[in-house]
Amino acid sequence: MAEPFLSLKQVSKHYAGVTALDKINFEINPGEIHCLAGENGSGKSTMIKIISGTVKADSGSVIEINGAPIQSMNAMDAINRGIQVIYQDLSSFPNLTVAENIALDYYVANHRKVVNWKELNQIAERAQSRIGVHLPLDANVNEISIADQQLAAICRALTRDVKLLIMDEPTSSLTKREVDSLLAVVLEMKKKGISTIFVSHKLNEVLEIADRVSVLRDGKMIGTYPAKELDNDSLTFLMTGMKVEYEPFQFAGKFDHPILELNHVSKKGEYKDVSFELFPGEILGLTGLLGSGRTELALSIFGKTKPDQGEILINGQPVKINSIQDALRYGIAYVPEDRLIQGLVTTQSVGQNIILTTLDQMTTRRHFLDAVKIRNSIEHWVKDLSIKVPSVQSPVQTLSGGNQQRVVLAKWIAADPKILILDGPTIGIDVAAKRSIHEIIRSLAKRGISVIMISEEIPEVYHNCSRILVMHKGSLMKTFITQNTSIDEIQNYVNGTV
Amino acid sequence: MKKILFRHESFLAFAIILFSIIITLINPSFFTLENFFDLLKSFSLTGTFAIGMLFVLISGGIDLSFTAIATVSGYTIAVLLLNMGDRLNILLIFLIAGVIGVLLGILNGAIIDMFKIPSMITTIATSNIFYGLLTVITKGKWLYGFPTWFGDFAQIRIITLRTAEGWPYGLSIITLIWIVLLLAAWFILKFTVLGRSIYAMGSNPVSAQRAGFNLRRLHLFVYGFMGLMAGFGSVIQALLVQTVAPNSLVGKEMDVIAAVVLGGASLTGGTGTVLGALLGVTLLGILGNGMTLMHVPSLWYKVIIGVVILVSVSFTAYRRKQSIRKRVITE
Repeated sequence: MAEPFLSLKQVSKHYAGVTALDKINFEINPGEIHCLAGENGSGKSTMIKIISGTVKADSGSVIEINGAPIQSMNAMDAINRGIQVIYQDLSSFPNLTVAENIALDYYVANHRKVVNWKELNQIAERAQSRIGVHLPLDANVNEISIADQQLAAICRALTRDVKLLIMDEPTSSLTKREVDSLLAVVLEMKKKGISTIFVSHKLNEVLEIADRVSVLRDGKMIGTYPAKELDNDSLTFLMTGMKVEYEPFQFAGKFDHPILELNHVSKKGEYKDVSFELFPGEILGLTGLLGSGRTELALSIFGKTKPDQGEILINGQPVKINSIQDALRYGIAYVPEDRLIQGLVTTQSVGQNIILTTLDQMTTRRHFLDAVKIRNSIEHWVKDLSIKVPSVQSPVQTLSGGNQQRVVLAKWIAADPKILILDGPTIGIDVAAKRSIHEIIRSLAKRGISVIMISEEIPEVYHNCSRILVMHKGSLMKTFITQNTSIDEIQNYVNGTV
Repeated sequence: MKKILFRHESFLAFAIILFSIIITLINPSFFTLENFFDLLKSFSLTGTFAIGMLFVLISGGIDLSFTAIATVSGYTIAVLLLNMGDRLNILLIFLIAGVIGVLLGILNGAIIDMFKIPSMITTIATSNIFYGLLTVITKGKWLYGFPTWFGDFAQIRIITLRTAEGWPYGLSIITLIWIVLLLAAWFILKFTVLGRSIYAMGSNPVSAQRAGFNLRRLHLFVYGFMGLMAGFGSVIQALLVQTVAPNSLVGKEMDVIAAVVLGGASLTGGTGTVLGALLGVTLLGILGNGMTLMHVPSLWYKVIIGVVILVSVSFTAYRRKQSIRKRVITE
């Protein structure tokens, strides 16, 4: 057996009395693809910071590279020893060209003063060819897709003679096809002896090519397993320490008197000839690949864009939804995919965010804001949705992902919607938080709110929805009643392989 | 080819040509070599400040104190010229003004870097301090009556031509100094790792730090360089008008920022070129000159400048939005 490239022995880290890592052992071999799994707060990011030299481990911890113990290592030392991290934000320079993004590190590292553009392009070209990709080197990075930006970040690491590449949540914003080409690149690096650590809490795709998986929970290393022996369920069990069992959603109402009806609705280039009904108190799943038209359709229902053709009926009456204001008037609410950017004013307090949609009802007769009404409303929702906050004055950005999502929900429920469209409600949050979000959604449906849940995770819609719509390339492929179908059948429709 | 045609700079050049044609149609004396050299000379002050501002904007900051810095260095050299003018020469004057500018600029950079105060706030404060102290000490007195060599230097022409009436005109040495500064700035920004690091920092400071850039050094350089341009600008101003008045520059910050932004630099950092800044200065300068030649009351100048800036910046923002939309759809 080859000597590991890097090993951690009895590595611990305490922050002001809090144990972030507790005597963990970990090793990675040259050319190995290793997944590091764990929920938020499990210690993944602390471990990465120690490996990359940005955080110092407690004394007693031993870090070895190629079998030799390392005394101390800062970020620059780590890079010089061939350890590099590609952070989730990719650390790119959006206004510089792809070639510069790839090669600038090299110039800085070698203390070069003058830029030779021809040489710079050659450096970028060489890095590209090592992993067999072709990026538009002259384009600015902000003009290329996220997937290509990621490849550029990998190329950048290659210019510095990388031996271990750590990728933080690399697949979270990629489409299936982009993930596949990323994995192909990683396999290419494996052939050259470069090790890769994937850090993620969503590992399905990565499991296919990984050699081993290490699982962290509450700062402890639960274990390292051959990837072949794990599947999604056993991994979830290891990560959470509990078996997540889904009780299927039981729709209590009846399939008559739809609250919302779409008849042959089309919009050029986005979706075509979509018809469906939504009933009071049901959770209707809407799934499909990125670009299948699912979000575009939802935005039309929410009045952000207008369909070219077809009609929309609410409670049996044809309506025109020309603006978001119209949609809100009809009781339609939309919670967007990127909860941080689109849904919340993260620097403002929890309370301010909750009342944002109902501010116009919070006034006195003289149209001033009514402080008592506001306070009561905020307290009511914080309690009702059990949002864990030190104070309603705390800025939203200080909350955990799950609690932030609850604040978004509170904001919209306060507006008393009849129809709630949730676009990717659990993207980027961990398994346990996901479950509590699902419970909130179910309890909303029990209150009689009709929910449209948009998600590309088929198990999510399968376990939580009464019926499921599948979109593919802008068309509504099929409407399933959940208990009459299976995840595999839905998957086939999603991929368009029927 | 298409790429060059659709660059921001191309639109500016087009606007400059368009305005030049309009002005010439109304007053043919605009399109003469004499006016051309005059214009270049008159651009050199704003143009020098614009070079410094370009660096600051690319780095993601802003500097509102450069006119105060220029006033301090201008006043210092004026006092020196009046008291010991015979023992000085033009190189020493540039050196002294430059050193004062760099020192005050570095002070800005150090405060911005160490206390992480937004550059706008920092420089508003230091601008008041620099300018306030100067007026307290000088009581706002105007200085003039510099040594003759200083006046003579301003009259030097690199190329001399004569009008039909026999008046000499040509490329002024002041214009030449400005052109040299432009070339130096272009080289730094385009061909040095330092220059590219400034773009990188303005583009994404967090990434720049992770990539191993020394942000402190970059801050000190950028604001020091702005100070240097302010110092040089103060000498150019003294050469042009042969008078130093404490209140002649402060208040002109916005004209310079407007010219650079018009040239394609963004207040959010990471973008901007020397060519763009040059064209921005030119466009605003031509508008001012053209309005005089067209006998438009000078009171209208600010209104028209405002409209031009708004149209240009909106147009750029609109095009960016379009290109992002296109990208989203094709993905």
